[in-house]
Amino acid sequence: MDFNENFILGCSAIGAGLAVIAGIGPGVGQGIAAGHAAAAVGRNPGAKSDVTSTMLLGQAVAETTGLYGLLVAMLLMFVKPLV
Amino acid sequence: MEQGILLSAENLDFMIHGVFSYTLFGQTVWITTSHVCILIVFLVLIGFFIAARITMNKASEVPGTFQNIIELIVEKLDGMVEGVMGKWSPKFRNYIGTIFLFILLSNISGLFGLRPPTADYGTTLALGLITFTLIHYNQFKYQKVKGVIKGLCDPWPIWAPINIIGDCAVPISLSLRLFANVLSGLVMTTLVYGLLGKLAVIWPAALHVYLDLFSGAIQTYVFCMLTMTYITNACNTD
Repeated sequence: MDFNENFILGCSAIGAGLAVIAGIGPGVGQGIAAGHAAAAVGRNPGAKSDVTSTMLLGQAVAETTGLYGLLVAMLLMFVKPLV
Repeated sequence: MEQGILLSAENLDFMIHGVFSYTLFGQTVWITTSHVCILIVFLVLIGFFIAARITMNKASEVPGTFQNIIELIVEKLDGMVEGVMGKWSPKFRNYIGTIFLFILLSNISGLFGLRPPTADYGTTLALGLITFTLIHYNQFKYQKVKGVIKGLCDPWPIWAPINIIGDCAVPISLSLRLFANVLSGLVMTTLVYGLLGKLAVIWPAALHVYLDLFSGAIQTYVFCMLTMTYITNACNTD
């Protein structure tokens, strides 16, 4: 079976759209981290700068899996490995 | 193509371009725009460092503006390294300070019209491999071969392959994190400029503040923090 190039491009676009669904996970994770950080600052306002830097570090690490999905989407859209 | 002002998609351009190529041992090697941008970043940093050296040679008791800025940068970087690495900080503060300034300037160079060099996987993979080399060099230096083998067979010896895969994943995840963050910022600003055309006048400045300045600074901080944490773990013998 061989497919038309346009068909493969369309399927790649659908795949790219599906790949960025990976953004759900980091969104939930970063929200949980930010919520707990807000609770921690409410309990101990003196430690605000420490809590903020720890939260940002954790969020940036949690973001990685979402970025992998984004990378897959970009490869499908712009590098077109399947065509 | 008739697309009006809203969809001028043909001037979307965030790819790396070749400048010129040469042949080395039968392989065609390209000098790309990333190399040019890295060179510009290097030249700016070297100029800054030379200016800093000249200023600090005739440092005065009451510091001027430029001396104040240099002292602030060095104190902040030293404090950051000191806070994470503790007693190992004197050996690594030079390296961490250097990569911090380099990655920070690379990430925000999109503001000055360059294509950020860290949006090229070659650059970030090189940085990740330097971290990988430092981790394992220091592990062999401080924990000796016995400690390394003990670390590999951590819960039980049968877990050694999983630990090896985990070690090899460190540079890949470090470099991909930095690369994908900077690339996503670059793609988003390019999409806004390319697709909105004449409508993108002043308000994209807010996008630049978030995607270039904030995201770039956070990712620089994260890269340096993780590098320091991994190296400290490799140095500690217990």
